[in-house]
Amino acid sequence: MPVLARLVEEAGIPTVVVTMMPDTAAKYELPRILGVPFPFGHAFGAPNDIEMQREVSEAAIGLLTDESAGKVRKDLEHLEWPQDDRTAYKDWQPSEPSPIVGYNANRRDKLEEKNKDQ
Amino acid sequence: MPIDSYRYLPRSFREGFEAFPIQETEPVKADLEVPITDAKIALMTSSGLYLEGQEPFDTETELENPLWGDPTYREIPKTTTQEEISAAHLHLNTRDYYVDFNVALPLDRFAELESEKRFGSLADINYSFMGYQQAGTPDWRNNQGPELIVKLKEQGVHALILAPA
Repeated sequence: MPVLARLVEEAGIPTVVVTMMPDTAAKYELPRILGVPFPFGHAFGAPNDIEMQREVSEAAIGLLTDESAGKVRKDLEHLEWPQDDRTAYKDWQPSEPSPIVGYNANRRDKLEEKNKDQ
Repeated sequence: MPIDSYRYLPRSFREGFEAFPIQETEPVKADLEVPITDAKIALMTSSGLYLEGQEPFDTETELENPLWGDPTYREIPKTTTQEEISAAHLHLNTRDYYVDFNVALPLDRFAELESEKRFGSLADINYSFMGYQQAGTPDWRNNQGPELIVKLKEQGVHALILAPA
C-alpha cells in the first residue's frame, strides 16, 4: 500500500496513510502518516466504537490540511484498545496460519534437516 | 511519544520488517488543491472487503501458491451497508468486519463528517483490495495502480486516505 500511496502522490493526488506500522510507512518517505495503536485489520479503531473511529477519521482529514512543508507524521498514541495486548494479539490473527507462514515453516524444517545430514 | 509499530506483530516477522530494504529515498508530496470544505475524499482499505454479489478475493490460488496474492480490487460505493459486506483475507481474522466494517473502511464516519461539512464530500466509489501482495507489487505499480489513478481522477477525487490492514 505504501507503493500505491507514492504512485497516487506522483499523479498529483495527496494521500494520508493510516497505519499501525508508521515506522514502516516512514521508510517509504510518505508525506502524511497517521499512526494508530491498534491490532492489524483495525486501522480506524474498535467495532462499534463510533467515538474512536471518528477521532481517527478526523485526524486523517486534519493531516490533509497540515501546511507543513515536509513530511508529517502524527501518532494517536493516547487511544486505548479495549482488549489487553495478549488477547488483541490472538484475536487479530486468522484461525489458521496464513499460507506463507506454513510455507516458510516447511522451508525452515527442510533446511534444518539438510544441515543435520551434512 | 511514537507508537510501537511492532506491538501486535509476531516476533518472527519483526526482523524481516526492520531489515526490509526500501527502494524509495526521495520524498514525494502532492498538495491539496482545493479548500478542505470542497475536497472530495476517497477511502481505500487492504482488508479484503468485498460486496455480496462481487467475486470474492481468490484465496484458493493463494492456498495452492503461498507466494501469490490476489492483485485485484473491488469498488465499494459510499452507500454500502453492513449487510452487504463480506471479506476474504487469509492473513487476518475477518470476524469484526461482519460486525462493523467501519473499523477498516469508515464509510459511515466519513458520511457523518461530510454532513457536518468537515470536508467536501466522500467519493461515490471507494476501494478495497486484499493486502497480501508479496509477489504482486510490480503488478500493482504497472497495472492496477495506474488504472486506479485514472478512476480517482474520473471521479474528481482530491485526496485519498489509505488504510493498510
